Amino acid sequence: MLYVLGFIFVILGPFLGGLLSGVDRVFSARMQRRQGPPLLQPFADYAKFMQKKAYIINGLQTFLITGHLIFVILAGWILYAGQDILLSIFSLTLSEMFLCMAAFSASAPYSNMSAQRELLQMACTEPMLLMIAIGFYLSSGSFMVTDIVAQKTPAIIHVPGFFLGFLVILVVELRKSPFDVSTSHHAHQEMVKGVTTDITGSLMGIVELSEWYEYFLMFSYVALYFVSSNPLSLLVGILMGCLVMFLMTLIDNTFPRVRWERMLSVCWATTLIFAGGNLLLLTLLKMF
Amino acid sequence: MEFSIAIFLIFFPFVAALVLYLLGNGERVYKARKVIVKGSALLIMAAAILMAVLILGRGTPYPFAEHTKAVDVLMACGEAFLMILVFYYSIRYKKIYTAVLSACGTLPILWLTFSGAAGESTAPHMQIDNLTVLMILVVGIVGGLIAVYAVGYIKDYHNHHKNYKDRSNWFLAMLFVFLGAMFGLLLSDCMDWMYFFWEITSVCSFLLIGYNYEKESIKNSFTALWMNLLGGVGFAAAILYSELSLHVFTLSELLQVDRTVAPGVMIVVSLLAFAAMTKSAQMPFNLWLLGAMVAPTPTSALLHSATMVKAGVYLLIRIAPLLSRTTAGVMVTLIGGFTFFAASLMAIATSDGKRVLAHSTVSNLGLIVACAGVGMPESVWAGTMLILFHAVSKSLMFLCVGAVENVTGSRNIEDMHGLVVKLPRLAMVMIIGICGMFLAPFGMLVAKWAALRSYIDSASVWLVLFLVFGAASTTFYWAKWLGKLLAVIHGSQATKDTTHTGEWESIYPLAGLVVAMCFLFPLISSGLIQPVLNQLFHEEVPPVIGQSDMIIMILMFVLIALLPISAVLTSKKRVGLTDQNTRSYMSGVNSGDDRHFMNSYGDPQSVYMANWYMTDLIGELKIMKPCLLISAGILVTMMLIIIGGAI
Repeated sequence: MLYVLGFIFVILGPFLGGLLSGVDRVFSARMQRRQGPPLLQPFADYAKFMQKKAYIINGLQTFLITGHLIFVILAGWILYAGQDILLSIFSLTLSEMFLCMAAFSASAPYSNMSAQRELLQMACTEPMLLMIAIGFYLSSGSFMVTDIVAQKTPAIIHVPGFFLGFLVILVVELRKSPFDVSTSHHAHQEMVKGVTTDITGSLMGIVELSEWYEYFLMFSYVALYFVSSNPLSLLVGILMGCLVMFLMTLIDNTFPRVRWERMLSVCWATTLIFAGGNLLLLTLLKMF
Repeated sequence: MEFSIAIFLIFFPFVAALVLYLLGNGERVYKARKVIVKGSALLIMAAAILMAVLILGRGTPYPFAEHTKAVDVLMACGEAFLMILVFYYSIRYKKIYTAVLSACGTLPILWLTFSGAAGESTAPHMQIDNLTVLMILVVGIVGGLIAVYAVGYIKDYHNHHKNYKDRSNWFLAMLFVFLGAMFGLLLSDCMDWMYFFWEITSVCSFLLIGYNYEKESIKNSFTALWMNLLGGVGFAAAILYSELSLHVFTLSELLQVDRTVAPGVMIVVSLLAFAAMTKSAQMPFNLWLLGAMVAPTPTSALLHSATMVKAGVYLLIRIAPLLSRTTAGVMVTLIGGFTFFAASLMAIATSDGKRVLAHSTVSNLGLIVACAGVGMPESVWAGTMLILFHAVSKSLMFLCVGAVENVTGSRNIEDMHGLVVKLPRLAMVMIIGICGMFLAPFGMLVAKWAALRSYIDSASVWLVLFLVFGAASTTFYWAKWLGKLLAVIHGSQATKDTTHTGEWESIYPLAGLVVAMCFLFPLISSGLIQPVLNQLFHEEVPPVIGQSDMIIMILMFVLIALLPISAVLTSKKRVGLTDQNTRSYMSGVNSGDDRHFMNSYGDPQSVYMANWYMTDLIGELKIMKPCLLISAGILVTMMLIIIGGAI
């Protein structure tokens, strides 16, 4: 039964993710007082990408990009199939590693430099990503998603600090300003399209598709904090997911991009203070 | 049967060493040398495996060597010989402090043996239990493979460095001497005997680091010597206190001591932990391991990553039950966790391949040390798993870097740019090695995962934090290296791979082991590690990684394996060698070779992207000193608290 839910994610994930991306673009445009593209523009873009011939830089690129897609799907499947959340995070890391390697394999200045920046972004997010899993483990006593959602009280009650820390790295994870140092959704980036500079045509379409999966996966991680054994909590989760996504768009359009040192220190400091503080508090409470 | 294998494992390497030494150097002995090394390595491996089967089948530890007055005296003579050897070198190179340290460690032990002040020990001096067997397997199999590799390597090494005197017979002999000493150390239960073998490994390491008599090697070899001898002094002090005041002679007796009855046991434990941390190159003693990288690569692979430095963590795991929930345990976990994090940061800022491996070794040993310090069954499970995976993956990495250095003349990571085209076979194996070090679903990550769980369960907040941040920087330095290997430069051709068959004969099995252990780790867990925990803690540990997780991990592995295979099948074009691919974007028109773009004069302009090292932020020059100070502060303060509290 749960496996089926996993496969439903595989099918519906990109549609919902693409929709989220479309909404993001519409809101962004309105915040900048532009008309902006229609809601379904991402899908049209995708269709266009897939029609184009991919000019491949080298033979490694195709399989590295495919790996990127496959492991982000697996990360979502693991979550929805109710499996181990830590494995879902490992799979997500692996998927990003594939994208980095695709950029590295181009052996060109823009690709190479943004691949390194992407690695730095991963270094910024990884402590907190692991902490997410630890937070759920502390609140439910298990890494299994089935056990996490079966709790009487939602995780947010126990681990609000972890949630706050997660919100900060979510900006990095979704490649939003101020933390979009490796590649950006805005045209003014000095890295052009960053890691995807040397990726073209249908391969670019696959990267886009993976990004939708990732969008929806992040949405799901947010929602997971609010879900409990009460069915109504699912609604709260979805609502909060939408709210957080809106918040991300708002942040994206409010803050100017920062330098990498700033990104690193902000991410690590918030992880340490919010998540680490929460962890310390829970441990102390358990002791006494 | 067990007895004779044990004797074989200790003495046979010394015999092989003698034969290899007497064989001398030169082109004509190369064939004979190859046969002898290969044969001896195979025999040692076979003996190690046979021993494992016998002891694991037996279920209970196998003690032997009860009455050993004559051997005690022989060993004392051996210790005296080592001391004289150290004296000789320290006078010759005017480093008197090493002589002083050696005397401080050895003389009290000699006095103890000859005066009989501690009384007669009736306990068996040697014991083979499951932990011993596990370590013997690591030393036997990985060590044997590295010895096989060394024959071809050292030949090329001297071809590249004509200015060094060819002492390769001595070099190979020392490798075997080391193997014998290592087996002795693992089999000894009596601390006196263990100390003897401990000192042999220290001196072996010293001699091998100084192999080429260069100024830098001699300097570094003395660093290694004094740090290890300092650890030896700690070991000797532990023996002295334990024999004189507690009348405990062996480690297994030490584990039986109730610390509420005899609080002095914590002094012994903390001193042993101190000795173990110097041998495992934990901060503030990590400098010797970094310096040790001047030695020829087989030395680095065998002594300084796969086996000798594991002697330290082996000792810690032995005494792990005593560390659980004590101040000594806190000391060990703090140092280990801190080392894991700090060393992984410094690895980011390093471009010399071997130095990165050294930092990474220090860092991973830190994790194992922390696991031992937590002292719970789950954490010891993780620690033992880490020992196994680390030994295999890291020695593979060393051997590959050594082979690449012998072919291209450089071990700098920047020079490995585009290795996937230039040396496809070595690059492939290196990719496996690197993935094995940090990526899911490979072994090291599984062990880290288990470590993380045990840290959370034991409520060690600081360890969890060290682990998550350290894991992030670990990912960074490995991935950056991986990226360099995978870069594809158009029009570049494969260079001639001059790696010897003998080297491949050890690289391929190790690579195979890295891959196989991903599948086999549930079996390793139940067959090798669970028995260790049974004997250490006398309780059943539930499987740390559940079955559904296993299935997903195997699925991940299959996917990873399928991707390149399908890529090869679908595209008939050879990677990077075709002219049909487009050119990458060089921030200008690519002049065709991925190294130049056309500038505004129409001339090709060279452009090259080096990796990102952040030396201004986390370079060794910047953070090494503060890190050493912090860790030394922790160590001294905690030692004072423990010893003061126990007295």
